[in-house]
Amino acid sequence: MSAAASDFRSRMRALTDDAVTTLAFLATLLVIAPLVAIFGYLLYRGASSVNLDFFFKIPKSPGEVGGGMANAIVGSGVVLAVASAFGVPIGIGGGIFLAEFGRGTKLANMIRFTADVLNGVPSIVMGMAIYLLIVSPKHSFIPFSGHFSAFAGGVALGIMMIPTVCRTTEEMLLMVPHAVREAALGLGIPNWRSVLSITVRTASPGIITGCMLAFARIAGETAPLIFTALGNAYMSASLDKPIETLPYQIYIFALSPYEDWHRLAWAGSLVLIVLIVMAVSLVRWVTSRGVLKGNS
Amino acid sequence: MTVHVPDIRIAQTQPQFQPSVPAGPSPPHPVAAEESAIRKFLLSKGNSAGADRAFHVLMVLCALSIFAIVVLIAYELVMGSHLTWVKFGFKFFYQSFPSPYGEGRMYWDPLNGLFSALPFIFGTLVTSAIALVIAIPLAIGLAIFLTEMCPRGMRAPLAFLTELLAAIPSIIYGVWAAFVLVPLLREHINPLLTHWLGWTGLFMDDNPTGLGYLAGGTILAIMILPIISSLSREVMIAVPHSQREAVLALGATRWEMIRMGVLRNSRIGIVGAIILGLGRALGETMAVTMVIGNTPEIHRSLLSNGTSMAAVIANEYAEASGDMHYSALTEIGLALFMVTIIVNALAQLLMWAVTRGTPSQTR
Repeated sequence: MSAAASDFRSRMRALTDDAVTTLAFLATLLVIAPLVAIFGYLLYRGASSVNLDFFFKIPKSPGEVGGGMANAIVGSGVVLAVASAFGVPIGIGGGIFLAEFGRGTKLANMIRFTADVLNGVPSIVMGMAIYLLIVSPKHSFIPFSGHFSAFAGGVALGIMMIPTVCRTTEEMLLMVPHAVREAALGLGIPNWRSVLSITVRTASPGIITGCMLAFARIAGETAPLIFTALGNAYMSASLDKPIETLPYQIYIFALSPYEDWHRLAWAGSLVLIVLIVMAVSLVRWVTSRGVLKGNS
Repeated sequence: MTVHVPDIRIAQTQPQFQPSVPAGPSPPHPVAAEESAIRKFLLSKGNSAGADRAFHVLMVLCALSIFAIVVLIAYELVMGSHLTWVKFGFKFFYQSFPSPYGEGRMYWDPLNGLFSALPFIFGTLVTSAIALVIAIPLAIGLAIFLTEMCPRGMRAPLAFLTELLAAIPSIIYGVWAAFVLVPLLREHINPLLTHWLGWTGLFMDDNPTGLGYLAGGTILAIMILPIISSLSREVMIAVPHSQREAVLALGATRWEMIRMGVLRNSRIGIVGAIILGLGRALGETMAVTMVIGNTPEIHRSLLSNGTSMAAVIANEYAEASGDMHYSALTEIGLALFMVTIIVNALAQLLMWAVTRGTPSQTR
């Protein structure tokens, strides 16, 4: 090979290298751009409408100016409470099984796999299944069944929490050293007590983190609520009745033709995103401090 | 003190310990592999054995409920879609009807009892494909930048920002897309695309709204970016440093090192990440529903109004007209359920294969 050709090749290689570096940098900028745009727009459009009325008044009828989303905020609280009451214990129980009883067994592997797959099932399908299970037919053994209700919405969201809570609980429990369990059993504490009061307690910051992540995820879910909780233009906190939720009201208001409802939709989006970002940042802060630090 | 303690322990444990060590294979124990007589004694002692068993059963039930949920969803969807399945069979997924209003073909007209899933499947596939085409290069570029090029101090904040992108709920993406992205496409991007790429037939400016497949695909791309990039980043970090050093020692430039040392070793994991992103794109509902236009038609132009499987369910399920309509929508939901289960299982298996093959020194 002549010197010129080899020189050309090494220059080409250097050029390609520079080009790829530039492209990777551009890709990063392009990914960050929508994030900045979304947050900027939410602040720009929403901040001016987040006031006391927003938190304490229910929406005015279409076309009228003013009102707030108090009913949606209360409704979201009710639905999320039902979801957590339903999803968190089952999820933690599943995680305890995976980490404490089923380690390495075939059953545990299958459950772990199923949980990961369930995590990817679209939320709209969850809502549909709950509609077919609770909302559409009237069962004597399921409370509040046979019609749209806050309860049905809560169950749909609760089911979506289970896989996330279960897997993070397992991961956190696996980090608890064996010596802690052995010390508990060595003191004559029964196994169930040792699991609940020692192992789970030791891992509790991590487990709470997992629950908050799951909570942040379902707090913004809209799709499964469309045909379970349905929505309600008035204040309601009853489990037995259709209920308004923040994401669903944002959806309805954003698609409406009324300028003032658009304004409320932006304000609602801002409130929702602030709640979620706070939860995620808190989680991030707790995990970066070391989940088990100071406990074990 | 320090001399004293071991003596006591031996003196106390010896009498119980020695005779009862089992000779045969020890029964599996939940907490640790090694069997100790003390633990066995303590576990069997008193009335805690019953409580322990009850606790164990309770935890197993919690874990099994995950199976139960999947089975229950499948059962409800299969039962709910019985009517359409009996009437149309497999044709439901590809049939079309002569329009009752005159010329042309129709796919979906609940009032006249015409049900075909074709336009919805088409819309889901097209929007997901657009999303992948946009998201894959950006996500891999971001992952490469974060793992190989970024200054150490910027790494954590940038990773956190992409995580935030993943935490934004779908409805907020939808609101943003409807009020910002769609006007942007309508005013600036779509005319350009029509002007330069109109000859392909994929970009015909026959839709003045700005809604459509392209809007849906673009917002989907933004939504699946963080998933693909954070998972790709994980598998890239898992590539041992010795691989990078070996390629660099041969005189490679940084890009050659990334290509031969990093990308080649993590390609299976990256494919897994892309498939997981695809799974999310297929089932994503709210953001797409708000910008895709919601018309059950099939168009060649990406700028036309369309619809997707999730979008039609979100729009029509709460107020469907009659049993057949419900059944048809449920069957679309069932198809979506099965496809996402298969896609996610595939991605999960790929990711597992990668993380299992990773040498332990890398972490």
